[in-house]
Amino acid sequence: MPAIVVEGLERAFGEVLAVQGIDLAVDEGEIYAFLGPNGAGKTTTVRMLTTLLLPTGGRASVAGFDVVDNAREVRSSIGVALQEAALDPLMTGRELIRLQATLQGLPTAAGRERADALLERVGLTDAADRRVGTYSGGMKRRLDLAAALVHEPSVLFLDEPTTGLDPVSRKTIWEEVRALNDDGTTVFLTTQYLEEADQLADNVGIIDRGRIVAEGTPESLKGEIGNPHVELLIAEGAVPEAERVCRELGKLLPPKDGKRVLLEVANGAADIPRVVRALDEAGVVVESLELVRPTLDDVFVAKTGHHLEREEEERKDAEETAPA
Amino acid sequence: MSNLATSARVVRALGARSIRQTFRRPQLISPIVVFPTLLLAIQTGGAGAGIELPGFPPVESFLQFMLAGAMMQSMMLAGNSGGIAFAVDIEMGFTDRLFAAPIPRFAIVLGRLAGTAALGLFAALWFLAIGLIFGAHVEGGVPGALLATALITASALAVGGIGAAIALRTGSASVVQGLFPLVLVVLFLSSAFFPQELMIEPAKTIAEYNPFSFIVEGVRGPIVAGIDATQTLEAVAAIAGIVLLGLVLSARALRHRLRVG
Repeated sequence: MPAIVVEGLERAFGEVLAVQGIDLAVDEGEIYAFLGPNGAGKTTTVRMLTTLLLPTGGRASVAGFDVVDNAREVRSSIGVALQEAALDPLMTGRELIRLQATLQGLPTAAGRERADALLERVGLTDAADRRVGTYSGGMKRRLDLAAALVHEPSVLFLDEPTTGLDPVSRKTIWEEVRALNDDGTTVFLTTQYLEEADQLADNVGIIDRGRIVAEGTPESLKGEIGNPHVELLIAEGAVPEAERVCRELGKLLPPKDGKRVLLEVANGAADIPRVVRALDEAGVVVESLELVRPTLDDVFVAKTGHHLEREEEERKDAEETAPA
Repeated sequence: MSNLATSARVVRALGARSIRQTFRRPQLISPIVVFPTLLLAIQTGGAGAGIELPGFPPVESFLQFMLAGAMMQSMMLAGNSGGIAFAVDIEMGFTDRLFAAPIPRFAIVLGRLAGTAALGLFAALWFLAIGLIFGAHVEGGVPGALLATALITASALAVGGIGAAIALRTGSASVVQGLFPLVLVVLFLSSAFFPQELMIEPAKTIAEYNPFSFIVEGVRGPIVAGIDATQTLEAVAAIAGIVLLGLVLSARALRHRLRVG
């Protein structure tokens, strides 16, 4: 039985259609990753599925309950950890989990017991009586995750659970998500990290500009793309010549930047000597070469015509260089 | 556990959080305690001879007269602080955590108002204590002190409702904070700090119809003279009107927020 069913779901903000009639189904016990850049409609979809926002079209059910008609039943069945960990910096970790237990209707004694157990589970027992404002980003995410689990929900929504975290903290969250899933919890997570979707998800939905452009297991999606490619870092000034040579050898993929040439190779590693020889004969200096198997970014490029990760990097660069 | 009992627990827990939040954030507690206390000290110290003016109502001391005004000011700033704290919750996404829980959503507003009402109670007790320490008497005795405290507590809930409605509607702490001067204007255009009889037009007429004047007089009466049924009923009616307005506006703003996300 599907834990989440979405049919033609839409959300408009004035003239802007943020989510444009999406369909998806997530089975019980599955980890489903919703992958897409900022502004693609991921968070809007999660907010509709968690009853925080009314849809303007279509329908959706979570844990067997309609998100509009049976919103309260949906809220009893789900755990939600929202983007940017919506935590009160003035509360202590213990106070937050106990409050969450009260919100979920747990009796006081059971709530206290559950809070202690969860704080231990996410490794925050020692910091439980410190104010959340003193926590690191990783600790905040773990606390947020613990709060979402207080009533043992059957479906867990994680909105960009690792955005902004260092690699170690990210891996800790991944391990916790896997452990929860092993216990039978259905997980619906949004992410802009390809690796996260690839590592965690049973199924991935790629969303771009409010529409799902591809859906399937990470392997099947990558399989659709087909061949691996060679990523060549070319010496300065030689990129046009390298592109000319490579075009004769196979299909060029959209470049990541002005220094690299991406050439699809049907036979994988076996094609590399041929490529190197051709470039060498043309006098093109290759500074480095890497065989790259299809990734979810390739799937994203194939389906949308642009790179997910580069878009995110450009956005971050723009944010960092923007005047205050 | 019944829905009502669960909702009551939620309101109590959110009210307790709201009180803790206020005491842990100096910019929220300072307007409630420090500012009105300083103003009370300055006014009673500098304008104490005002009670000698012809037409000034008979009071034991200027401090006794001013206690109701100080309580009102503190109570109104508690309502404003409650609104700011609610708006901060919205800005940082904390209210999403509450809205995603299986509780009646109005319990979230009531929880905030319970906290604001508790701060009103604190304000009333604080200024009663200051008054008693510095020699003012409560002419209505213990029942009078209890009545003044109850009226201030209920008024905090009423004003908190307006603050919560504005917070829900705008979702902006700076907008709610921007209402701070308005709170003072409303108070100065009431009989909080000066007897209506000695005001000049148009302030006198405005004060006469200002619902906060009715509340001030309802609180001041038991302190300076004793309990008066008419004054008390007028204060209760004014509070009920503001409570109703606050709840209606909050309910509408809540619906709006849930519609637009």
